[in-house]
Amino acid sequence: MDLKEAVKDKIPWDGTLPLNEFSLSASTFSDKWKMFNHSFPPWLWNPCPKHHLNSSHKVEGYLSLENVCLVKSCEEEKNHGSLSWKEESNISQAEEPFDHATLVCPEFEANHYDFHIVYSPSYRVPVLYFRSYYSDGQPLPLGEIEKDLPGHSAELLLESKWTFITQEEHPYLNRPWYKLHPCGTRDWMKLLLSDTYTSSNKNFIEQYLVSWFSVVGQVVGLKISLEMLNIEEKKLFETTASDIFE
Amino acid sequence: MSEAQKYVWKGAIPLQIHLHESEVTTLPPPPPALVLAPRIGYLPLLISLLKPHFSATLPPGVDTIWFEYKGLPLKWYIPTGVLFDLLCMEPERPWNLTVHFRGYPSNLLLPCEGEDSVKWSFINSLKEAAYVITGNCKNIMNMSQTDQADLWGSVLNGNLESYSRVSSKLKLETFEDEYTENVDSASTKSQQSTGDAEAVGQVKTSRIPVRLYLWTVNEDFDDFEDAPVIDNWDKVSYINRPVEIHKEDGKYFSLNDAVKRLLPEYFPESSFGNEGDASINQSAGEEGENSCDPESSSHTVEIAEIKCVRIQGIEPSLEVPFSWVVNNLMNPEYFLHMCVCLKVSEANALQ
Repeated sequence: MDLKEAVKDKIPWDGTLPLNEFSLSASTFSDKWKMFNHSFPPWLWNPCPKHHLNSSHKVEGYLSLENVCLVKSCEEEKNHGSLSWKEESNISQAEEPFDHATLVCPEFEANHYDFHIVYSPSYRVPVLYFRSYYSDGQPLPLGEIEKDLPGHSAELLLESKWTFITQEEHPYLNRPWYKLHPCGTRDWMKLLLSDTYTSSNKNFIEQYLVSWFSVVGQVVGLKISLEMLNIEEKKLFETTASDIFE
Repeated sequence: MSEAQKYVWKGAIPLQIHLHESEVTTLPPPPPALVLAPRIGYLPLLISLLKPHFSATLPPGVDTIWFEYKGLPLKWYIPTGVLFDLLCMEPERPWNLTVHFRGYPSNLLLPCEGEDSVKWSFINSLKEAAYVITGNCKNIMNMSQTDQADLWGSVLNGNLESYSRVSSKLKLETFEDEYTENVDSASTKSQQSTGDAEAVGQVKTSRIPVRLYLWTVNEDFDDFEDAPVIDNWDKVSYINRPVEIHKEDGKYFSLNDAVKRLLPEYFPESSFGNEGDASINQSAGEEGENSCDPESSSHTVEIAEIKCVRIQGIEPSLEVPFSWVVNNLMNPEYFLHMCVCLKVSEANALQ
């Protein structure tokens, strides 16, 4: 359903993001990310397919954030809230991105993660794809990935009707990746954003990915700075985000 | 069930399957297995036939079956018929494949743990198709265990009657028009054009689940024997995108129209009323990136032309109504799989 159409016909928004709005939403997301999440590398836009007959055609593509290292800390088992993420090049630095209380053990293991945000034309929502590998390049089995996820995440992944991890081939890269299954996305995006959706809210589409990621990122332990959300969303986020995973 | 559907369900690819030499431990090596593989089936399901044939010669260890064709590992979740249509444009009969029971290339292929993995992949695709058609997966999620078992069983056994019985409960009809043969005369949706009742005041859009396997060539070729070989999955673009049907399209919305609508990057003006197979895209005078040399006196244009569309082993005329193609040639999980070859060439524009 096209958002403009929905407004025109006064049909309630169905929670989806139209295909032709994805790249706009993606660039808003990556701009805000750059502004507010300094400790992370930026998200990059990857156009596909690489060759176009019509170079002025709006390019299809996906966002990527690669080689993010998860540094395990000794206190991890007790700490259900957040994981420490370090950009790979910063590993040797003492600086922590979010949680100054987290200690880094002398012998830390670094699991590397690549994240891609790919649009699904079938479900009409963005989908988070990810893969993980050890420092030597060997892929992590799902069991190990689940250990890296925040404590509450493992539970909700097992039981949630909203989201679960599946292994599928990356739509563009011909390799097996993991993804958060999109079949529930529309429903919880509706829950999250319906109240802020009004015809006068011009940057609604632009904010779609930011809002989406505020939820999805939590599942994989990537906490975004709440500054990325505007004031209304922040309020909503605080009240409804936990409801989503009930 | 139409005649065409019966043909599709009976369709099978004769395979000659050779065990990879690294897994042969006996002399003389075992002869290849000759198997008739259903088009709508999946290669790993053949293990029940292949394992007994080769088990005496396999080295000790755990078996994880995988197949390759001329060195290309085969994606097991793609229906067998589609793999054949895509990789063997000049049909090879029997189709010579190599089977492995060891050394699974898990960096390239999704893991496959036997029939359950294949079934899961099938149900997952069915859910996706249901979502595309109806907007949600409820009818699949709410299937009874018996129905789900019967549905999967009918696919395993190639039993179209059993399949039709169960699948009709899912209410996933995509097209209703006079091109659809409808056995059930009591159905209210038979020879009527798409129902107007629900569509009052709204554009009625249907979305049709399609999986398109696209490869492009720059040079023309007469026979498929001369066609470039697909020896790498990167040479195929996998396009998993629904075709959007608008009420204005009318009943003559053709296969040609559908393929072009799926490929706006190659057919930018595709809309009803487009003529011919070729879409000419001028690179001069357009905004944005422009590879044309502004100082040259003539300019090159790039032309995309549909060279071939193969579905269930046949090349339907591109003028066939798309609704007929979908209703008769789709796979049991409600996806229409199409192998499409485009010729993309540059030509000097005639001034």
